[in-house]
Amino acid sequence: MAELDKPQGEVAVPGDWTYASAPESRDIVRIAERYGHFVGGEWLEPTETYETIAPRDEEQLAAIGQASPAEVDRAVAAARTAYADGWSSLPGSERAKYLFRIARLLQERSREFAVLESLNGGKPIKESRDVDLPLAAAHFFYYAGWADKLEYAFPNRRPRPVGVAGQIIPWNFPLLMLAWKIAPALACGNTVVLKPAETTPLTALLFCDVLRQAELPAGVVNIVTGDGRTGAALVENEGIDKVAFTGSTEVGKEIQRRLAGTGRKLTLELGGKAANIVFDDAALDQAVEGIVNGIYFNQGHVCCAGSRLFVQESIYEPLVAKLERRLETLRVGDPLDKNTDVGAINSAAQLEKIRELVASGVSEGAEIYQPPCTLPEKGYWFVPTVFTNVAQSYRIAQEEIFGPVLSVLTFRTPEEALEKANNTPYGLSAGVWTEKGSRILWMAQRLRAGVVWANTFNRFDPTSPFGGYKESGFGREGGLHGLEPYLRFDE
Amino acid sequence: MSRLPVKKTYKLFIGGSFPRSESGRTYDAEGQNVARASRKDVRDAVRAARAAQPGWGAATAYNRGQVLYRLAEMVEARVAEFAELCEGRDEVECSIDRIVWYAGWADKLPQVLGGSNPVAGPYFNFTVPEPSGVVAVLAPEEPSLLGLVTRLLPPLVGGNAVVAVASETRPLAAIELAEALATSDVPGGVVNLLTGSHAELAPVLASHMDVNAIDLCGADGDAPELERLAADNVKRVVRGRADLQSPWEIASFLELKTVWHPMGQ
Repeated sequence: MAELDKPQGEVAVPGDWTYASAPESRDIVRIAERYGHFVGGEWLEPTETYETIAPRDEEQLAAIGQASPAEVDRAVAAARTAYADGWSSLPGSERAKYLFRIARLLQERSREFAVLESLNGGKPIKESRDVDLPLAAAHFFYYAGWADKLEYAFPNRRPRPVGVAGQIIPWNFPLLMLAWKIAPALACGNTVVLKPAETTPLTALLFCDVLRQAELPAGVVNIVTGDGRTGAALVENEGIDKVAFTGSTEVGKEIQRRLAGTGRKLTLELGGKAANIVFDDAALDQAVEGIVNGIYFNQGHVCCAGSRLFVQESIYEPLVAKLERRLETLRVGDPLDKNTDVGAINSAAQLEKIRELVASGVSEGAEIYQPPCTLPEKGYWFVPTVFTNVAQSYRIAQEEIFGPVLSVLTFRTPEEALEKANNTPYGLSAGVWTEKGSRILWMAQRLRAGVVWANTFNRFDPTSPFGGYKESGFGREGGLHGLEPYLRFDE
Repeated sequence: MSRLPVKKTYKLFIGGSFPRSESGRTYDAEGQNVARASRKDVRDAVRAARAAQPGWGAATAYNRGQVLYRLAEMVEARVAEFAELCEGRDEVECSIDRIVWYAGWADKLPQVLGGSNPVAGPYFNFTVPEPSGVVAVLAPEEPSLLGLVTRLLPPLVGGNAVVAVASETRPLAAIELAEALATSDVPGGVVNLLTGSHAELAPVLASHMDVNAIDLCGADGDAPELERLAADNVKRVVRGRADLQSPWEIASFLELKTVWHPMGQ
C-alpha cells in the first residue's frame, strides 16, 4: 500500500513528449473505383451504389454496391447451387484444405489487409496489424482442422450442415468478424451469403481475391454489400437456412421477430455494457492498463468493452488519478500512424451518437474528464473520456455508447459490486481485478456474462467461445461450441 | 354407514404453496374443477421462480442430482395414483425412469459441455455451462405426465427455475406431480405449475421480461406469435419434443461462460 501514500502528481506527466510521425505506407493497397457484389465467383455489376470513405479524413475511397432484394436473391441462389453441387458433400478433409489455404493467404497478405482495414474503418494500424489480422487468420486455421472431425465434436449426434447461412457483420472488426462467421460455416459444410457493414466493406471485398487465390469453388462464399435494407432482404430471403448476426441489440431483436415461426436457425451476438471491477488489493498499474485496454481499444467500438468501471471505494482516488494521468499519454490521431493508440471514430453517425450520450452524462450530473488533446481538423474524432460521479441510473451507465467513454462507479463489498455489475439487461463480458484467487473464482461464478476476464481484458482466441447472456444474444462463436450453430443433428 | 370421502381441490403450485388462482376462476377438466390461472398468477410464479433460482443454481451438482432422484422416489410411491391420471402404469414408470436419467446428469454436464480451451497465449481459459435463469415451459397436451416430465427435467437439472403450464385438457397429472415435488426437497419456487388456458397464459410468459427462455413444446398455431413476443428480451426459444431424452435438451437451457486468467510467476 506504500505506493498509494505517495502524493499524486509527483511523476511528471509525459504529455509533452513528441513523437515523429510513423505512417504506414498505403501503397500496398490497391482500391478499385467501383465494386460490385461477389456472387457465384463473379463480380455482379450493382444497380445502385454509395461511396465508402476513410473516417480519418472523409476521403472517398470507392463506389460500393447497394444490393437490392433481387441482387440478394441471386447471391442466395448461387449459394444454394454451390451447396447442392458439391460443397456439402465434399469430404471434410477437402473442405479443411481450402480453409487452411485461406488462413495461409491471410497471413501472407496481412499487411495489405491491415492497411485497408485501418483506412476504411479508422482503427489504429497497430491494432489491425497485431490483433485483427492474426486473429482472423488463426480463426480460419482453427476451424479448418474441425472440418473433418465433426463427429468427434458431437458424438452420437450425426452432425450435418444446415444449408445456406446468411451472415451480417458489424463495422468494428470487419475482417475478423467475417472470419468468425465464414470459417465455422464452411468447416461444417454450409455455403454463405455475407453482408459486411455499410461503412466498412473494403476488406470483405478484398477477401474475395483471397478466395480466388485459394480456388474455393464458385458460390461457396458470396458477398453482398449495402446498408440495413440489404441486411433485411438477406434475413427475409426464403433460401436462407440460418442467420448469424453481430450488431446492436435493437436490430437483433428485430431479426428475431422477423424469423419467428420460420424454423430458421439464428444466432445473435449483440450489445454489451460490461462491468470492469477493481478491488482494493488489485495490482493497480496493471489494472489501469487493463481499464485503458478495456474501453479505449478500437476507440471503444467493442461490444464487450469494459464501459462501466467499478472501483472499490478505498482505492477510488488513487486509481482515478492514475487513470487520468495514463489518459494523457494516449495518442489520438491518424489510424495509419504506427504510434497511434486511438484512431478515428468509424462514421459521422456514430460520432453523433457518442456526442449525444456524452452530453447526457454532463447534463445528468456526472463529472467529465478529457485529457488535453489536439485532434485532426478533418475526419471523425472523439477524445478519450472518463466520467466520474456517475449514478447507476444515468444513461451513460445504462446504454451502450460504443465509443471511448468510460463511466466510473464505486462499491464497498463484493456483494455490492456483483449486484451493480449484474444490474443490466446485457450480459456479454465482465472484468475482475484482484490478487485474491478465491475471490476471482467467486466473482467469475456469479457475474452474469458470457466472458469473464480476470486480471486481463479484451482477450480473444479462436479456441475460446464468445457470446452473451440475456439481451447480449445467444449462441457462441469460437471453440467447439462455435460449430453447433452451423450444424443439424439427427436425434 | 359408508364414509364420505374427502375430495381434493385442484389448485396451482407457486413458490412451494398451493394457492387458488388469484382470479378465483376455475375450469372443468377431466370432470374436476381445476384452477384457471390468470396473468397475475403468471407474474407471481415468475417472481417466485426468480427468487428461488440463485439458490438452486448454486446448489452443488451432487445435491441437485440427489434432490431430483428424491423426486423419482416420490413419484414411485404414488404410481397407482399417477396411473389413474395418465395413460397408465407404463407412462408413469417411463416418467420415473426419465427423472432418474436426468438426475444423473446434474454432476456430469460441465465435463461433457465445457472444458479448457488451448488459447495461443499465457492464459488459463475454461468454459463452464450455467443456467439461463427462469425458464417457461408449455407442456404438451399429451402425454399429460410423461410430456411434462420430459420438458420439465432438462431445464431443472441444469439449475434453472421453471414456470410450467400444464396440459390444458389433462391437468390432473401435473397437479399430482406438484404434490410429489412439494415433498421431494425441491426448494419452493424452483418449479411452479400453472393450470388453465394455454392461449391465455402463453403470451404472458412469452413476453415476460424476467423470463430468460421458453420451451414452446405445447404451443401449436400460436407458436410464431409466441416466438415474436419472445424477442422483446432476446429469450432463448426452444421447440422441444415431447418424447426426446437427451443431454442436448439440457444444453438448450444453459449458457456457456468462458473465464480467462493470465498465467505467470
